[in-house]
Amino acid sequence: MTIERIIPVGAHARLVEVADTRAAVSLALWARERGVQATEIVPGAATVLFDGLTAVTDLPDALAGWRPDAPPARGRVVVVAVAYDGPDLAAVADLWGVSSAEVVRRHTSVEFTSAFCGFAPGFAYLAGLPPEWAVPRLDQPRPRVEPGSVGLADAWCGVYPTASPGGWRLLGRTEAPLWDLARDEPALLPPGARVRFEALP
Amino acid sequence: MSLEVLDAGALTTIQDLGRFGHAHLGVPRAGALDAPAAALANRLVGNGRAAAVLETTLSGLTVRTHRARTIAVTGATCEVTVDGRAMAHSEPISVRAGATVELGHASAGVRSYLAVAGGIDVRPVLGSRSTDTLAWVGPARVQDGVWLPVGTPEGAPAPLDVGVRRTAGRHLRIAPGPRADWINDSAWRDLDHAAYTVGADSNRVGLRLQGPPLHRARTGELASEGIVLGAVQLPPSGQLVVFLHDHPVTGGYPVIGLVDPDDLAICAQLRPGERVELRVQSSSGRGAGPSAGSSTG
Repeated sequence: MTIERIIPVGAHARLVEVADTRAAVSLALWARERGVQATEIVPGAATVLFDGLTAVTDLPDALAGWRPDAPPARGRVVVVAVAYDGPDLAAVADLWGVSSAEVVRRHTSVEFTSAFCGFAPGFAYLAGLPPEWAVPRLDQPRPRVEPGSVGLADAWCGVYPTASPGGWRLLGRTEAPLWDLARDEPALLPPGARVRFEALP
Repeated sequence: MSLEVLDAGALTTIQDLGRFGHAHLGVPRAGALDAPAAALANRLVGNGRAAAVLETTLSGLTVRTHRARTIAVTGATCEVTVDGRAMAHSEPISVRAGATVELGHASAGVRSYLAVAGGIDVRPVLGSRSTDTLAWVGPARVQDGVWLPVGTPEGAPAPLDVGVRRTAGRHLRIAPGPRADWINDSAWRDLDHAAYTVGADSNRVGLRLQGPPLHRARTGELASEGIVLGAVQLPPSGQLVVFLHDHPVTGGYPVIGLVDPDDLAICAQLRPGERVELRVQSSSGRGAGPSAGSSTG
């Protein structure tokens, strides 16, 4: 089974359930490349929403050629340079039972994939952290998280494009412009982008 | 030509049809909340349907036109005056150069629309002139003292082409959403004709419905998934939220229902404290009940 279920969402939208985050990114990229006629193709953690479909009944056929094990349409690799001096670095080290240096080593060793955006323009949920490294969100979200803050929540990694309240555990900060309307592609980490973090000296 | 904003009121934004094709980057659609009212305002002044208009929120708006132009005010009922003289709501109004146009507080509804022949001609952002109030993509909210550019009129002002649309009823039709099975059938039956009070924290992101809390039929968490306009979300508090044009593009609470697209304009005009009833429709649009024959996987 490649597509687990196609759920109607009103007259012009369908929510397609797939096995996992990897499959969701793969299907969303595949459908976009194939030109599936929808106003929005929105990957989620294990779904893809097709909104504004011109022909909802054609969707199953349109997606029939997709295979989750097909070589994924891989985005470019984006390297994000981080100063690992975040307020929660030590807490994450405690949760993992390792040193802060080991947290940095682990975080810079993973190749993440931008799975989906949400919360704010350009805020990407980055998948790739092993589930056993999942960390709980802060009990009390911070009223203000600085732009460029790199954090973890559950097994997700994220970088705040703008200042906002937030409950993610912050490892450090980057100067990389996450959201820039002057660019053709305003989001630095659109769904499908591969992301590596690099420690600034 | 420009429009000088003398008093922007509590919240005035520029809105057009909305911003499409960027939801996967986290960009809300935005756009006029009462789309039929905005479309009528544009028709009355001879604009295309994609022209940008001004959307007010409960309180009024005062502007000065620097050229003679046709304008129209639609949506929430409010007094309209030009240089102090009362003018008709939902009709084209010719104003002279230098005239002061004032929209009073809304006496019914929430959002009035001011269209000017030629449309508000600020620079589009990602294909739209709409202000999104969730992430503030698009033009800044309208401030006192700003000068808003106005485009060149395209067509002749139209006479009134449809009657003033005012919804007599106060009910919202709701059909089962993608996660309808997160509440059980008896909860669905209770939803039909259930009365809610519009929450004071309602805004362009969502209409908050206060009433007896709905209980989930299942526990656990839902992984974040894409959300559509009109989605009725059930957060852990049990208080329903109807997502309007500035809604977040993804969310992790179950969408149990969908408000009929034709009733979104009612959502746009419901005032905090007002009562509203739900009417449950089946997916096929007839009768009550969420899941006649469909499985709850």
